[in-house]
Amino acid sequence: METILFSLLNGVIYGLLLFMLSSGLTLIFSMMGILNFAHASFYMLGAYFAFSFTQVTSFWFALIFAPILVGLLGALVERWGLRSVHQHGHVAELLFTFGLAYLIDEVVKIVWGKNAVDYRVPESLDFPLFELFGAQYPAYRMFILVVAVGMLVALWYLLKRTRIGLIIQAALTHPHMVGHLGHNVPRIFMAVFGAGCALAGLAGVIGGNYLVTDPAMAAFMGPIVFVVVVIGGLGSLEGAFIASLLLGLLQTFAISIDANFSDFLGWAGVTATSELGSISISSLAPMLPFLLLVLILIVKPTGLMGDREV
Amino acid sequence: MTDTATPDFATLSPSRGQKFRQRVLPLIALALILALVPALSPSRTVYSLLNAVGINIVFALSYNMLLGRGGLLSFGHAVYFGLGGYAAMHAMRAIEAGDGLWSGFPVFGLPVVGFAAGALAGAVIGWPSCRRAGTAFAMISLGVAELIAAAGFMFASIFGGEEGVTGDRMNGPELFGLSLGPVSEVYLFIAFWTVVGTAMIFAFTRTPLGKLSEATRDNPERVQFIGFDPVRIRYMVFIAAGAFAGLSGGMAAVNYEIFTPESLSLHPSGFVLLMAYIGGIRYFSGPILGAVVLTVMQSMLSDFTEAWLLYLGVLFIAIIMFAPGGLAGIFHGVAGTVRRDGAGRAARSLGLKAAGVSLLLVGLIVLIEVVIRWSNGYGEVFEPFGLMLETGSVLTWVLVAGPILGGAALVRFVAKTDEGGA
Repeated sequence: METILFSLLNGVIYGLLLFMLSSGLTLIFSMMGILNFAHASFYMLGAYFAFSFTQVTSFWFALIFAPILVGLLGALVERWGLRSVHQHGHVAELLFTFGLAYLIDEVVKIVWGKNAVDYRVPESLDFPLFELFGAQYPAYRMFILVVAVGMLVALWYLLKRTRIGLIIQAALTHPHMVGHLGHNVPRIFMAVFGAGCALAGLAGVIGGNYLVTDPAMAAFMGPIVFVVVVIGGLGSLEGAFIASLLLGLLQTFAISIDANFSDFLGWAGVTATSELGSISISSLAPMLPFLLLVLILIVKPTGLMGDREV
Repeated sequence: MTDTATPDFATLSPSRGQKFRQRVLPLIALALILALVPALSPSRTVYSLLNAVGINIVFALSYNMLLGRGGLLSFGHAVYFGLGGYAAMHAMRAIEAGDGLWSGFPVFGLPVVGFAAGALAGAVIGWPSCRRAGTAFAMISLGVAELIAAAGFMFASIFGGEEGVTGDRMNGPELFGLSLGPVSEVYLFIAFWTVVGTAMIFAFTRTPLGKLSEATRDNPERVQFIGFDPVRIRYMVFIAAGAFAGLSGGMAAVNYEIFTPESLSLHPSGFVLLMAYIGGIRYFSGPILGAVVLTVMQSMLSDFTEAWLLYLGVLFIAIIMFAPGGLAGIFHGVAGTVRRDGAGRAARSLGLKAAGVSLLLVGLIVLIEVVIRWSNGYGEVFEPFGLMLETGSVLTWVLVAGPILGGAALVRFVAKTDEGGA
């Protein structure tokens, strides 16, 4: 019971962090048709900017300004990079973001060093919030939950209830028509790209001190966010939300299960000492998303909620 | 060009002489160059560098069968390289142990084992992934690569865990009198298979299947109209590409005598993508060029600067943004300009362009080298040609800003005048 409840809470928090990353990615994809390989790099930049900000100012300053800075950077990348690569086709765009991820990795290593930086939870949030079954639950995790849900509601309101959201939704499906109506479609693209990167940056700010802030965090998170977006269905925010929570729960539960293959395949003669039998479920946790990805792409290429194929 | 239709297509086909010059002569030249290298009696370091280059040439060419010729972007091509290499490695151990039939198998022929294993892996993994092209194919290849790399670390009896599998190439019957002990004999082995691999991959592009794979890349619907199944064509090309990647894996197994699960991961897959793209995916010679340049960069540049990966990233982005034809495309472009404008005018425009790019490069190098020393915090100072470029000195930032601004202005100027003249 205890394990289940804690895994549930942690899984939801991890899932919401995944959603903050994947919501931007899926918006960018549905608008420009680019699967942005560098998206997780912007998440990493958010964490590093926040670390640098907290050294001179406070965490709250970083919480607001680090995502804005990341968003501006994203807009610059769209304006001066992607837009000129666009004429060479989709593969070139995909490779451009791939190269960008590579470049950001190296720049981060040069500027902040190759080891993890000491980016900590702010003192004002570093206390146990409540006690469950004798174990304390840190307040910062609840803070992540609140910020993520707040962002979710704000995003939903922006897209579904405001005029800006209306134009964005129209630009997703009928960019030419929106252009004919007098809106500056390239600028909308730039804004959405920037906003998506800012969301990733925000995830970095609140996730960097919850997880680890090191140069490998982008390479660790990037493929998983892809998996979320593909499983949820490209371009579908609802799908991305469901897939994020699903993956978050799946991975946290897989880690907490204390069993190995011999427990399941004992009937087939697989013993705990054999190579296959000694593989534990928890060691499979990092592989699960990719297994799911390959299965989904083969069985249902549109993903859970998507209406178009990858 | 006239707009009248050509009445007789036979007049368009290349003559025998053209065919020989364009198709056979470059391969003979490659073989001759590789054969003449030992006459220069290179050092051990040069030999091992050349061996790495040869392996990467075949690997990059096999990758380009997918990306350049087939239009299939794969993020997991190292899987076939690694599986082919592991198969060759285990065969090498079997030769060493003298197991049954293996005792009569020469180590020289191990790339054939890699070839077969790569084809088998391609046949198994390609079956589900080749049903889709485009982004779906890229994503599946990414997922499969992550899965196989993770499995590589789990099954220690096959992949040897963290330490990998090691072997000894000096066993079994000798072919061509090569014991494969000294690095100079390994070089002959690598050179032989590089030429064989290059020739076979080139021959593949001339087959009906090779032509169809290019047609599928450009327009899968029309391929269906003329009665072919794009999925089947992709699948067969995928198997062939996997096979040649396995061949290069077999070459690597003999050369390094060790294979680790690291070789299956996303990192080498990304590197082969860089090699092919920087070289130029639209040209057959592109990946060869890319393999040579990147392998040399990897071993030489990493001695001079620790930021060589950053330079590699900058080169990759610059190629994507400004020269989508890659290095081979740049060469063809230069040759084209010279032919069109005559040597004099071309030299002026190209010279200005080269000067602009070099200026940009100087500024960038100064910036990166100064910053990396500041970030290390050892108090080290970047001293090119006896200049002391400290972080605080004005000269440093003049040397950064001046060349970058000047170079950018020059490049823009050349682009403007070219437009005006055309």
